[in-house]
Amino acid sequence: MQLDVHRYPCDNCVVLVVLGDLDLAGAPRLRQSVVAETATGTRHLVLDLTAVDFIDSTGLGVVVGSLRRLRAHDAELSVVCPEQRIRRVFEMCDLDRVFTLHATVADAVADRESV
Amino acid sequence: MKGGTSPKGAVELLVPPRSEYLQLVRAIVGATAALEDGLHSGRVADLRLVASEAVANAIVAQGSVLAADPILVRCELAGDRIVVEVTDHGPGFDLTAVPELPEVETPERLRYESGLGVSLMHRLSDAAEVESGTGGTLVRLVIAVGNA
Repeated sequence: MQLDVHRYPCDNCVVLVVLGDLDLAGAPRLRQSVVAETATGTRHLVLDLTAVDFIDSTGLGVVVGSLRRLRAHDAELSVVCPEQRIRRVFEMCDLDRVFTLHATVADAVADRESV
Repeated sequence: MKGGTSPKGAVELLVPPRSEYLQLVRAIVGATAALEDGLHSGRVADLRLVASEAVANAIVAQGSVLAADPILVRCELAGDRIVVEVTDHGPGFDLTAVPELPEVETPERLRYESGLGVSLMHRLSDAAEVESGTGGTLVRLVIAVGNA
């Protein structure tokens, strides 16, 4: 399946649910969605990668770029990534040191509220 | 396939240089590698990823010079190893010219949205070689069979 992105508001954040393959083909779709969120002033964006079947370096690049874009707007990014096969790719690029990979959306929201 | 066999043979694909075909490449490379009983499923996933990275690089390289020729992907079951070769018709590149990424915790690191692919290919394969010239690039990725 190619990439699909669903959006829903949740407490004080917006969740983007990413489904499918986050690769060279699918990454532009997610990048557009994140750019749209920064344009509308979202303060806390949660990327839910639970239903991502595959991620490549281009997909990782969009997640890294999302963090940079949100910080430039004084906003925050949380990443939900419970699947080991996807976490492994973050770890291989040392990006688990940049992102906290949360197990659930609820964890990501709670972690932010505890700060 | 059961019985501890190590089938030998190669599958070759000619792939249009379009990102929509990456899923197909991963499916075929993954299914070919899965014929090898001695390969852990995690290593099949690694091979799918590094092969996909190599083909993605080829697609981008050919796109930069508007080369529409198909990319050749060859996946060989060679007994003690699986070899994936990706041959493109891009402008070629100098591996030594690939910039070193800043340390991952530094703010400068966030400016780099690309450049992770080559790093992944080196980290996840048992051997990664690049032969590059003006006529294109051949990337050869090796995953050993029988490794945990």
